[in-house]
Amino acid sequence: MAKRAAPEVNAGSMADIAFLLLIFFLVTTTIETDSGINRKLPPMEESEEDVVIKQKNIFTVLLNGKDQLLVEDELMELKDLRQAAKEFLDNGGDGSCDYCNGKKDKSSSDNPDKAIISLKNERETTYKTYIAVQNELVAAYNELRNARAQSLYGKPFDEMEENYKDVNWPGNKERLKERIDQIKIDYPQKLSEVQQ
Amino acid sequence: MSKFKKKKSGDMPAVNTASLPDIVFMLLFFFMVATVMRQNTLKIENNLPFADQVEKLDKKDLVMYIYAGKPSANYKQYGKETRIQLNDDFASVKEIAAFIAAERASKREELIPFLTTALKVDSDANMGLIGDIKQELRKVNALKINYTTKKGSVLGRE
Repeated sequence: MAKRAAPEVNAGSMADIAFLLLIFFLVTTTIETDSGINRKLPPMEESEEDVVIKQKNIFTVLLNGKDQLLVEDELMELKDLRQAAKEFLDNGGDGSCDYCNGKKDKSSSDNPDKAIISLKNERETTYKTYIAVQNELVAAYNELRNARAQSLYGKPFDEMEENYKDVNWPGNKERLKERIDQIKIDYPQKLSEVQQ
Repeated sequence: MSKFKKKKSGDMPAVNTASLPDIVFMLLFFFMVATVMRQNTLKIENNLPFADQVEKLDKKDLVMYIYAGKPSANYKQYGKETRIQLNDDFASVKEIAAFIAAERASKREELIPFLTTALKVDSDANMGLIGDIKQELRKVNALKINYTTKKGSVLGRE
């Protein structure tokens, strides 16, 4: 008696089933965006003594309820903000900052360590504009740090930070950390927000 | 009929599609592994603003999410004002402190100082609410925050 072979299962529709699943996953899942601008809030306890800061060391940025930008008491477009902030931070008015490339204007900030950017917004300001302004101010710091790192170590600052985070980076991490900290001391990010 | 059949011998053979399921499965597995299911069902509009000076949040389990935006079309009965959403439901500003405490309690103690609060806020929200949230976060000493944004140019898009 001849052996009866079991009939083969038709696998022709396998591709269709797989496609169906694929399309389901494509549609239902969203790739989450998890990047953004990091900020640190000031701690709650207020220091008792008032710190006296010279007016020329403060760069005031005011955002009103109509999303207009008032920088140092003058109306400004968002696209000019980055340059203005850079000029302010890099001014080096008292001559103690030998790496600054600014105009050394006596009426502007003394050095990057003393220079403070003060950002004030109103309750009606939209979040979009606020983020745009934050972004421009952070960009001003980043550009200055990049330029400084380029002249000191021949590498932009963001690349150094990227290398530091990269596990597979072959270089000396401790030295890199020192260099990153040095740049951060040269251009400290002093961005204060006024609480209403 | 045989007249026509003769021609076939010279024809190109059909492309073998037997490996098509394998390829599709490969794609399927890629998408299954690479994508993350949403943790929270959003009840608000959440159109994030654009920024280009962004830093990545690397440790996903050390992030607490606070959402804010207008109630979306299905939840119109909650009004048109910007609302806060914590976990799966609308919340008031006062509930943030309890939310942070609960999140902290669910993490290991040594990780608590590294917790970051990610603010996922709709671009049309106004800063009054954000100011309130920030004030509340300062009260519970959750000082590390991240304004979650999409990557893109600030100036180009309005």
